[in-house]
Amino acid sequence: MLKFLAKGLMRDRTRSLFPILIIAAGVMLTVLFFSWINGYAMMLIQDNARFETGHVKIVTRAYKELIDQKPYDLGLMNVTEKIEILSNEYPQMHWQPRIYFGGLLDLPDEKGETLTQGEVIGFGVDLFTDSFEQDLLNLNDALSQGNLPTKQGEILISSEVAEKLGININDKVTIIGSTMYGSMAMHNFTVSGMVRFGIQVMDRGAVIVDIADVRLFLDMEDSASEILGFLPKYNEDTTFEISATFNETYTNEDDEFSEIMLPLRTQGQMEFLLTALDERMGMFIFIFIFVMSLVLWNSGLMNGIRRYGEIGVRLAIGESKGHIYRSLILESFLIGIAATIIGTAIGLIFSYFLQYNGIDVSSMLKDSKVIMSATMRAQVTPASYFIGFFPGVIASVAGAVISGIGIYKRNTAQLFKELET
Amino acid sequence: MKKIFIIILLLFAIILFAEFPDGNDLIRKVDDNMYSKNAISTSRMIVHGRRGSRTMEIKSWAESEDKSFSEYLSPPRDAGTKMLKLEDKLWIYNPASDRIIQISGHLLRQSMMGSDLSYEDMMEENELIKIYNTEVTGEEIINERDCWIVLLTAKVEDAAYHTKKVWIDKERYLPLREERFGKSGKLLKTTEIKEVFKIGKRWYPKNMVFKDVLKKGKGTEFIIDSIEFDVEIPKAVFTKAALRK
Repeated sequence: MLKFLAKGLMRDRTRSLFPILIIAAGVMLTVLFFSWINGYAMMLIQDNARFETGHVKIVTRAYKELIDQKPYDLGLMNVTEKIEILSNEYPQMHWQPRIYFGGLLDLPDEKGETLTQGEVIGFGVDLFTDSFEQDLLNLNDALSQGNLPTKQGEILISSEVAEKLGININDKVTIIGSTMYGSMAMHNFTVSGMVRFGIQVMDRGAVIVDIADVRLFLDMEDSASEILGFLPKYNEDTTFEISATFNETYTNEDDEFSEIMLPLRTQGQMEFLLTALDERMGMFIFIFIFVMSLVLWNSGLMNGIRRYGEIGVRLAIGESKGHIYRSLILESFLIGIAATIIGTAIGLIFSYFLQYNGIDVSSMLKDSKVIMSATMRAQVTPASYFIGFFPGVIASVAGAVISGIGIYKRNTAQLFKELET
Repeated sequence: MKKIFIIILLLFAIILFAEFPDGNDLIRKVDDNMYSKNAISTSRMIVHGRRGSRTMEIKSWAESEDKSFSEYLSPPRDAGTKMLKLEDKLWIYNPASDRIIQISGHLLRQSMMGSDLSYEDMMEENELIKIYNTEVTGEEIINERDCWIVLLTAKVEDAAYHTKKVWIDKERYLPLREERFGKSGKLLKTTEIKEVFKIGKRWYPKNMVFKDVLKKGKGTEFIIDSIEFDVEIPKAVFTKAALRK
């Protein structure tokens, strides 16, 4: 039966060409859109996890209230002990303390007087214990001039800041901020290198310093703004499970300095962005199925008119209406499969192209506060290979199901009369 | 009859208005009481933060309203930090980095040494009469002292606060309570004098509490341990060179 229908479709291209073209185009767009959204979501998760959120983050309850301001004065204390406990309780995760601070970078002249000043966002990360942070932040690739810090007292500055303030490698600069207890703090650093991450929020004014230097500078002995936790591979369900067990044990509603663990998805704008992406994908597929069904319904009706005689003859020679209806649906199923394969293949070609080349969106991110690469890429995943099958086949079959109903309206008694004319 | 009624009404109005003194006179008396030609003081600033309290000891030299120099004596981390104010400029010396930095722009709005005061508060011209228009709006008892309530509205563009509501002791001419508002009318800071002492003829605050209402915490206490008025201060004190000494 299948073979018979397939042969019929291939020999009578007017039955299959238009629906195949329509469905293939739609499936191609679905695959491309899915891979694009996927790439955007992956990039959003990866970039934010690296620079901002971790896969989970531990902060104090007081810090969480003002988390957008990164109030390190409300940060965590006794961090070494806390990380030891965390490593024992959650051995599958890697824990990294960080201090984020705002400050004023001051370049002195030869007399020690201020030459230029600019605002910076400081990242205090562990640069010397192991290479975890260096790899995570991709510092080797981001380095545009000079070297990574090799000893205490050295600093990495974003190339944009260096250009703006006229800072060169080996220049001595002072960062002015306030200590964990609010006193004015100033610390001298030697510029060892300049970095460009390709992430607007970072490139606009980031400086990276070893966390030991920051602790000295901000009077934060064994303290940190946050402790970030990383799984070997991001898994949203695991981050929620770990956070729930941690918070049950350690969060105390009566102590504003008790710790609370926040999974990546619940931090900042991540929930909003990721939910919006999920919703958009669902909406796109729904619209696709709906519109395609309407188009294919119409196409099926046109086809029904064109095949009016053929169906009449088939009814006249005794084929049941149900059998004809089922054969039309089966035909549409075959058309759907064929079109989906073609559409998926073309969609994957475009998706892979965008995965390797990407699109520069830096102009759109000029004032963005979201951590996101300036080059947006698609991301082909195993799901990209079959995501088009659902809308492709469903739309095709749905079109045939609706348009085929006309068969049941044919009056068998009048068939010969109709055929005579 | 009509004339008598009008005269009574006028007299009543005169009595009513006569009850409130002229705001400018009142503020001038406050300025005269609070500010001297020069002064040397030692004080303690206790910052009651969310994580506990921190005490800083400060020695200050002030001449007229344009010049002041302060040196932090303790705690050890802050000891040696010096601040110099010359007219509308402010420099800070930090011994750990051996740098002198001029505080300007948005830094002026930052908290001064973690307290509820900003550098801008410190920079504000001392004599209220020069910055604000005054209006006496009522009277109230504060800490068992009769006070006039005076509304101050900025008459200069660069005032740190658009309006201030000040409760002035009727006899001692001390601003026992002060509320500072932004342009939108939002309350930003409060000041309260908790204890006063008499030096010569003038009454002076001994213990004050500043509170930034936008910040959590119990405010900043400022205690004057000793103060000497109208003493000779060498000119070299108010120079940038003195910051590194």
